[in-house]
Amino acid sequence: VGDLGSHHVTEPATARRRARRPRKTKAARREERAGFLFASPWLIGTLVFLIGPIVASMLLSFTNWNLISDAKWEGLENYRDMVGDRNFRQSIKVTLFYAILAVPLFQLAGIALATLLNLRLRGMYLFRTILFLPAVLSGVAVAVLWAQLLNPDLGIINQVLRAIGIDDPPRWLQSPSWAVPAVVLMGLWGVGSGAIIYLAGLQNIPPQLYQAAKIDGARTWRTFWHITLPLLTPTLLFTLLIGVIGAFQVFDVAYILGGSRGGTRGALLFYVLNMWNEGFRNGRFGYASALAWVLVVVAAIVIVLIFRTSSRWVYYESEGG
Amino acid sequence: VAAADDAVTETPPRRTIGWNARYALRRAGFIGLAYALLLALSLMILMPLGWMITVALKPDNVPVFTLPPQWFPSEYWEWGNFGRALTDPARPFLRYTVNTLIIVGGEIAGTLFSCSLVAYAFARLRWRGRDLLFNLLIITMLIPWQVLMIPQFLMFFKVGWYGTFLPLIVPAFFGNAFFIFLIRQYMRTIPRELELAARVDGCNHFQVFWHIVLPLCKPVLAVCVVFVFLGGWNDLLGPLIYLDSNDKFTVAIGMANMVTRADPNLNLLMAANLIMMIPAVLLYFFAQEKLIGGIASVGLKG
Repeated sequence: VGDLGSHHVTEPATARRRARRPRKTKAARREERAGFLFASPWLIGTLVFLIGPIVASMLLSFTNWNLISDAKWEGLENYRDMVGDRNFRQSIKVTLFYAILAVPLFQLAGIALATLLNLRLRGMYLFRTILFLPAVLSGVAVAVLWAQLLNPDLGIINQVLRAIGIDDPPRWLQSPSWAVPAVVLMGLWGVGSGAIIYLAGLQNIPPQLYQAAKIDGARTWRTFWHITLPLLTPTLLFTLLIGVIGAFQVFDVAYILGGSRGGTRGALLFYVLNMWNEGFRNGRFGYASALAWVLVVVAAIVIVLIFRTSSRWVYYESEGG
Repeated sequence: VAAADDAVTETPPRRTIGWNARYALRRAGFIGLAYALLLALSLMILMPLGWMITVALKPDNVPVFTLPPQWFPSEYWEWGNFGRALTDPARPFLRYTVNTLIIVGGEIAGTLFSCSLVAYAFARLRWRGRDLLFNLLIITMLIPWQVLMIPQFLMFFKVGWYGTFLPLIVPAFFGNAFFIFLIRQYMRTIPRELELAARVDGCNHFQVFWHIVLPLCKPVLAVCVVFVFLGGWNDLLGPLIYLDSNDKFTVAIGMANMVTRADPNLNLLMAANLIMMIPAVLLYFFAQEKLIGGIASVGLKG
């Protein structure tokens, strides 16, 4: 009914489109209005709290605004300043080191734990309750606790390490090279929250597939490799994205464990902590905005790269037929 | 053999094939190993928490670090530490708790109001640009919030909201991509018939939303409440940016100040830390299904 115009190829495009679109009924127009009205909080919010600030931060990143004096246009000065900025370079180093260490480790540990929690054993509900508990604990509170556990002289971690024969355990947060691994260790303690997602992914795999594998005589390991892992890849893609974005955003833990200066010799100077310092401590809002933009661009590139490569390793059931 | 019979792993053993002594022995060993691992991991979660409680219950002059470590309170039961942490004039955690609850309450109200409305528009109503805007909504979930913190701060500063709870609460009334997405996915699983019937009976779109759809959405709204509560209760960066006076501070800022500025009594620090953890833990025990189910569904739908 709607494509009356499709035979008249020679007609101008606009006329054809007008002819094809059915005239809206009164009800449809009312629904259209209701749709906009219902969505309006988010539409307004996106304009005011998202698009406005994004544009503003782009403009700000070309100025030297500091809240007190008037902003002066400086062109690319802020971006040029980054090249020689020691703190900026340190923050990149710390954040990358953390991301490379934490993202794969959390994924492996999460899958392993979820596999364990997916066994049908008596009392599993209790174990799940305990191991998922860190999911609700605040990063601040966990960091406050772990700062004590990681105390190099008196802390429990090093007491245990000494007890098993390591005489000279790492000085963790006080050591420039062990501070980031200490944060990763702390994150591993809370890996149960990540395991929730993998467990859901595991339980979403149709049991018939396992039965079929069993009938075919497949061993446990082969079953895991050829059935579990491929069917878990969509979940892996999701947690990879969340993990990478999360690694770029570390703040609370760094602030609690290392203070606003970023710990011993900047060992915990994560990117967002450095950005916060430049903006809210040093009052360099222009420069901090430029830092924010670099983060956006880097995050966007990484996300696009992950999506681009995902078609090669993410298995979607529907494709298999 | 009995152990193997008790506990059944992923797929139940088919008794017709391979049910012999060796198989049973291997299964028993496997199950024993699994239990040992689970027990060890559980202890690794519980022991630091137990140590924290032990420290929080110690009097001021008792050493906190002992050899060997005390994992669970046995000697000292100084419950007054919690009262001291709550009413300490320098860092009144009772005040902080009330402040945090006010902020979180506002965030919850705002999120429920805005996100359910917007989710309905995306789930059910047909309007121009809907699909395009829904894609935009998905993309905005990937933007690190911290990127916006400077321009947002400058905006709220210019409006004169610096030092108030408003910058933390008001944005919640304008929707959050993640919760809109969550509610929208849930709404799409509700059968349409009820709504159509109500429309035929002459209800307008808002009445259908309010009387039919919203009551059916209670489970997903509960999930949202749990998430918003945890997010708001645990947030450090937001309050750190916008709040400037001790009588406005939240629990997270109180903890951060206690750790980074002074050299605190560790027993009071741990008592305060427990005060920060307890609401989340309580929520966890009362709403575990919602919380776990919520996290799980995010993973599956995302």
